[in-house]
Amino acid sequence: MYAQMIQSEKTDEDPRALAEFQARIDRGEKIEPKDWMPEGYRRTLIRQIGQHAHSEIVGQLPEGNWITRAPTLERKAILLAKVQDEAGHGLYLYCAAETLGISRDALTEKLLDGSMKYSSIFNYPTLTWADMGAVGWLVDGAAIMNQVPLQRTSFGPYSRAMIRICKEESFHQRQGYDIMMKMANGTPEQRRMAQNALDRFWYPSLMMFGPSDAESVHSAQNMAWKIKINTNDELRQKFVDQTVPQAEYLGLTIPDPDLKWNAETGHYDFSEPDWTEFFDVLKGDGPCNAERMEARRKAWDEGAWVREGLLAHARKKRAAKTAAE
Amino acid sequence: MDPAFEFLCRMGDNTLVLGHRVSEWCGHSPVLEEDIALANTALDLIGQTQLWLGLAAEVEGAGRDADALAMTRDAWDFRNVLLVELPNGDFGRTMMRQCLFDAWHDLVLAELRDSTDDRIAAIADKTSREVAYHLERSRDTVIGLGDGTEESHARMQAALDRLYPYVGELFETDAVDAALAEAGIAPDPGNLRDAYDARITGIMAEATLTIPDSRFAHKGGRDGVRHTEHLGHLLTEMQWLQRAYPGATW
Ligand SMILES: [Fe+2]
Ligand SMILES: [Fe+2]
Ligand SMILES: [Fe+2]
Repeated sequence: MYAQMIQSEKTDEDPRALAEFQARIDRGEKIEPKDWMPEGYRRTLIRQIGQHAHSEIVGQLPEGNWITRAPTLERKAILLAKVQDEAGHGLYLYCAAETLGISRDALTEKLLDGSMKYSSIFNYPTLTWADMGAVGWLVDGAAIMNQVPLQRTSFGPYSRAMIRICKEESFHQRQGYDIMMKMANGTPEQRRMAQNALDRFWYPSLMMFGPSDAESVHSAQNMAWKIKINTNDELRQKFVDQTVPQAEYLGLTIPDPDLKWNAETGHYDFSEPDWTEFFDVLKGDGPCNAERMEARRKAWDEGAWVREGLLAHARKKRAAKTAAE
Repeated sequence: MDPAFEFLCRMGDNTLVLGHRVSEWCGHSPVLEEDIALANTALDLIGQTQLWLGLAAEVEGAGRDADALAMTRDAWDFRNVLLVELPNGDFGRTMMRQCLFDAWHDLVLAELRDSTDDRIAAIADKTSREVAYHLERSRDTVIGLGDGTEESHARMQAALDRLYPYVGELFETDAVDAALAEAGIAPDPGNLRDAYDARITGIMAEATLTIPDSRFAHKGGRDGVRHTEHLGHLLTEMQWLQRAYPGATW
């Protein structure tokens, strides 16, 4: 997902305090920044929200790649609005993380030095205009699967950020599907682009949910804390069940010969993605890891003088104001 | 040549080309807030392009629409000023260009709200609020960076020196402008110069920047006679899909 494979952090606080904390979560109460919380809960959330925020920011790049080549003014405007939304999501999430006692700059530095990750999906290239459709339809679609349940997460600021974000994500998914419709019903070349985009984005989208975690202790702890609501497999299945009919409606073929409806389970059976590839991408060996990190580092390094300049000006203004008082 | 069509292309091509340039920053800005603000500016400018070029196409009456004008004209048919087609340079130069343009844009739209052509007045009315906000932001950024650190000051001064020779073109007056001014459709651009200078002088003073003495002006964009080398590359990118797959709808 946008936050993949979040390990829960160990906690060794007073068992009574922990039990009380757990009882609050079980009662459905929201935990607010000023409330007592186990150190492990706090650190796990920082990692999860931070990774989610970084994903929104890095996620601007594959779509930003097509803004200057969008085929019509309308499509250009819609894509700009979408990428702008993603930056806004990053901002809400960094703010939510800051309530846990870590600054946005500190989180950014962790992204840039590689000690924090972002979603594997943004390490795949966007090669044709149909990829703008596929990203909206599949990537935002997969994100929604995960984020809708997270609206009920136990940490108040995270939950509220998710509620705002989900509203916009469904618009993203619709505009993506709309591009796919145009392409799938367009010229033979456009159809070819649409099928090709689905071929390239199908398995990476399934990977977004992360490997099976049904047996994972981390997952169990995170679920008890309501930082995680569903298992990876549950969400992946839900995503496949939702997406297959949509692909059929487009007249496109999902690149999985073993995909078929299972009347007994009431779900689609499907092939697992290549998890070796997933771990390669996480390690930094995805098709675009180097480019994505270079772009973010360049933005940060070349922006240093701007951030310093604006800060210096703000300080001067404050000093002048105090002097005048 | 219909002066109204020519004028509408000038307005729409300015917003289109500048919107394209600003959108190049998406995902690459120095601060997240700037990324959001720049995307927002680009989005406004593209929306304004739809209005201006939409009306241009309507006035032309040749069966073209705003997209056809944007995506299938060649460089010599573009009517934007040279200022907006220049490459972004660093963030400082991008914001300096924005400020120099916004200060003019805001003045022009204020005049166009009283245009005798209701359609033009309506577009000016609708877009002037957006542009007032663009100006507020670009002005604040130019002041903040001009009067920031030694480095930011030096970069902003370099940006102003580099771009100032492209300001004069905004105030050129030709037969198109004369015809429109005569009919009360659009102001004579030359008449806006004093108000513009007053604004820019105020902003640059606050930014502790020095406006170059020379009034030398590069021109050739708003009449299409001689664009810079940069416009062709910009159009190559912007128009590629429409040209590679003619007749497709997107
Ligand atoms: Fe998002
Ligand atoms: Fe997203
Ligand atoms: Fe999204």
